Amino acid sequence: MLLEKLTEASGVSGNEKDVRDIIIEEIKDYVDEIQVDKIGNVIAYKKGENSFPKLMITAHMDEVGFIITDIDDSGLLKFTTVGGIDERILVSKPVIVGKKQIPGVIGAKPIHLQKKEERLKALKLEQLYIDIGANSREEAEDLISIGDYAIFYSEYIEFGNDLIKAKALDNRVGCSLLIDLIKENTKFGFYAVFTVMEEVGLVGAGPATYTVEPEISIILEGTLCSDSPETDEHLIPTKLKKGPAISLIDRTTLFNINFRKYIVNIAEKNNIPYQFRKTSFGGNDSGKIHQTKEGSITTTISVPCRYIHSPISVMAKEDYENTFKLLKSILSEIKKGDF
Amino acid sequence: MKTEDFLKILSDSHGVSGYEYKIKDTIISAFDKYSDEIRTDNLGNIIAIKKGTLSNNKDRIKIMLAAHMDEIGLIVTDIEDGGFIRFSTIGGIDPRTLLGQEVIVHGKKNLFGIIGAKPPHLQEEAERNNSVKIEDMSIDLGLDRKDIKNIVQIGDSITIKRELIKLQGNRVTGKALDDRAGVVTLYECIRKLNTINHHPDIYFVSTVQEEVGCRGAATSAYNINPDIGIAIDVGFGSTPELPKEDTLEMGKGPGITLGGNIHPGLREKLVSVAKDYNIPFQLEVDPGPTGTDARAIQITRQGIPTLCISIPLRYMHTSVEVVDLKDIENTAKLLTFFISSISNENLEGLLCY
Amino acid sequence: MAFNSELAKKLVEIYSPSGNENNIRNFIMDEIKDYVDEIEIDPLGNLIGRKKGKGKKIMIAAHMDQIGLMVTDIDDEGFLRFTNIGGISPFISLGQKVIFENGTVGVIFSEPVDNMGKLKLENMFIDIGVSNKEEAVEKINIGDICVYESGFSENDNVIFSKCLDDRIGCFVAIEAIKKIKSSNNDLYFVFTVQEEVGLRGARTSAYKINPSLSIAIDVTSTGDTPKAKRFAVGLNKGTAIKVKDNSILTHPKVKNLMIEIAEENNIPYQMEVLEFGGTDSGAIHLTRDGVPTGAISIPTRYVHSTVEMASKKDINSSVDLLVKLLEKSIEK
Repeated sequence: MLLEKLTEASGVSGNEKDVRDIIIEEIKDYVDEIQVDKIGNVIAYKKGENSFPKLMITAHMDEVGFIITDIDDSGLLKFTTVGGIDERILVSKPVIVGKKQIPGVIGAKPIHLQKKEERLKALKLEQLYIDIGANSREEAEDLISIGDYAIFYSEYIEFGNDLIKAKALDNRVGCSLLIDLIKENTKFGFYAVFTVMEEVGLVGAGPATYTVEPEISIILEGTLCSDSPETDEHLIPTKLKKGPAISLIDRTTLFNINFRKYIVNIAEKNNIPYQFRKTSFGGNDSGKIHQTKEGSITTTISVPCRYIHSPISVMAKEDYENTFKLLKSILSEIKKGDF
Repeated sequence: MKTEDFLKILSDSHGVSGYEYKIKDTIISAFDKYSDEIRTDNLGNIIAIKKGTLSNNKDRIKIMLAAHMDEIGLIVTDIEDGGFIRFSTIGGIDPRTLLGQEVIVHGKKNLFGIIGAKPPHLQEEAERNNSVKIEDMSIDLGLDRKDIKNIVQIGDSITIKRELIKLQGNRVTGKALDDRAGVVTLYECIRKLNTINHHPDIYFVSTVQEEVGCRGAATSAYNINPDIGIAIDVGFGSTPELPKEDTLEMGKGPGITLGGNIHPGLREKLVSVAKDYNIPFQLEVDPGPTGTDARAIQITRQGIPTLCISIPLRYMHTSVEVVDLKDIENTAKLLTFFISSISNENLEGLLCY
Repeated sequence: MAFNSELAKKLVEIYSPSGNENNIRNFIMDEIKDYVDEIEIDPLGNLIGRKKGKGKKIMIAAHMDQIGLMVTDIDDEGFLRFTNIGGISPFISLGQKVIFENGTVGVIFSEPVDNMGKLKLENMFIDIGVSNKEEAVEKINIGDICVYESGFSENDNVIFSKCLDDRIGCFVAIEAIKKIKSSNNDLYFVFTVQEEVGLRGARTSAYKINPSLSIAIDVTSTGDTPKAKRFAVGLNKGTAIKVKDNSILTHPKVKNLMIEIAEENNIPYQMEVLEFGGTDSGAIHLTRDGVPTGAISIPTRYVHSTVEMASKKDINSSVDLLVKLLEKSIEK
């Protein structure tokens, strides 16, 4: 299954090759033009009967992860995080390191040997290391180089009531939606752009937009979902199984009001459930996209994902399906001068 | 001019971010005779161009080398009765390094002044444990307010008065070596390029306003639109209190940065050039956009494949920064050999993802 | 020179938060249309009025958006929860009246808090005086934006109102458009959108116009109130010529040109070294291959409150400086 393949691939920001290769393989027979630009974004164009306005749909390929900074004499690997990871979740996790996909673990001092006050303190990155089982620096250096990337080891598992658990749902779910959309026979021509390095500061999106010059962009994301009972209703950004989340505002964009209303209207007309992303926290590629060159209109449509930026993010299949439906409906209706 | 002499001239000169025009002529006169063309752009970046010599092809590859010429410093915010000058910082300055410094206030003419400190006798015990805040410091020019007003205006820049000093071996200490050591490296490189043939056109850019957000690199990269951008900046030199994996050793060659800001194919080429020519180098990992001009260059226009090379430097952002001249020499060598290894024929292969 | 209170009053009373600048755009368009040669609205909604000239392109930017509050949730009792658009302070917001585009009025209050120092926007709500969610959604939807509602006041010396930031900059630009007698320069007056959320309209309009020189007009803070943080700018000391803020170090040539013109024409001025904040000039000067850019600031007390205060004399000095600057032929 596509989402399984995508989430299990390694694509830490700055090292998206594996994901990019999968994407290109998947879409190359369905698009009319395809290029990898100078910093690694995939830019594809799919023709349609109707192609005004100039539409770009994007999803970032990268995920948060780790990069190896040093190898010590005993063969343990020092590392740092790439993108926003809560350091407290790192302890006691398996990881996969480097091009040779070497398994390793982030261990911890046994609880027996910890003092009581130690247990109350979160472990800091400086105290952690990856153990690949090597006995010496030399042994480790045969397999790993400084600068190699590492990812959480986490299998794609379906569980509960039609839920999916995987790593990197932010944003392989967006990639998967965009690939499915490319394969779908839509009347509308559009640019499909898979960007690099969103998680470390929206790096890829600006240059890709500079190349494409869209009038309108739809950014696909897996977004924050925190619907636990102890959260106040108004502080819940999105909920699982309530449909695609349409963004209002975030740290990087005030999403175009008319385009938002247009999409809401399409959802209602087609009986597709939707929700608003009710927080202004976070940001995404839209921040760069809508401010590139002379500026353009953007929206963000997301699949709610619990526990993002961890090895065990969770989403609902029906949210995926409803997001896909909404996107198809937009592509079948959109016309120049609609909003 | 010897490397060390040029480094001394630049380190002793003054050009806080936004006020780089004060060292413009010095840099232009050094690069002028080795360049085919030299210009300054809208924000004041100095661009010296050395054209490729191995081909008449109009579509010669463009490589941009960026080293920033600005330095961190201070700025006059008010002139008070009694002739004291209040100030704020430009760029990341540790206020604790300012007490008891001699400074130069760059008004209509340069004025000598000092940042005074309260005598220890008058301090409470508890006071001594807290650092002094910048808003509580002032500069004593030894002049009356009305005399100062004729020479100094709010908004004038201030620098620490410091001259380059030679330490043991190849080490020197001075202010603004971040990143005038980089500018000197560019100078060494352009001189070496005058003795060999090379394919690409090289744009040596002394950038402005790096310390306040890589601003000059962004606009000059837009202007040049190079095929490859290389930032030459300084990296943290190792000292006992810093973790080994975050630092570079002094005298062991330039740091080559790895990470998302860096094009992987070009970086492999750079490493192989260093190995082929026996140039010592070290690796430096940076997970996202680096804190150097490479950050701005990479996202210019349609995206630019970028490299970052660091000269090890101790005590960054103080007025006693230390570099090893051997590292400057090796960085210049590495750049020169890298440039000579790039041609229209092999570039596409190197850039392929 | 008399102060045009009528125009200032009209400008500050128009509803137009960042992202929804329609009303103010229409008003300004109407004000300037007889005085410019071309008018255009760009993709993000910036209003561009051009006074053609044979000389260099100069872009003048004043932002027309204002800070606001966006509704993110409506509870069963009809209370609205919100997030900030731009720099909204919880302390200033508490007890304020707000108004929506459709005229719905509400008041901001908070859940009980033990420690007022910890007041946060997420613990606050807007009460529009309805009994339940159904009544609320007849008037207001999630995503709607309201702004502070407060009157305009003046005396001989000052005006005070909400959103002098930056309608007073728009005022200066409009007055300059009307007063400029002749200019060789090609003038682009841009009334920008979305400044309060990150200089966004200025960035894209500057890209489009690609000017040779630019001047932003905005308010700045002052250091002349009791125990204020040390800052040399004060009310009634003239227009302020910006040296720096967090977004820009003013190009020395532009700064010196402004000083020179102020001196030549006996326009009172002061120098502004701001240690925080940013204005449209920050985005403009980094556009394409760089644009020499300066900023004229209007000293304003209590910025981002409902009682921002600026001096009529300073505002007029700012108009004078802008007019003289734009009438001068800019060579390089």
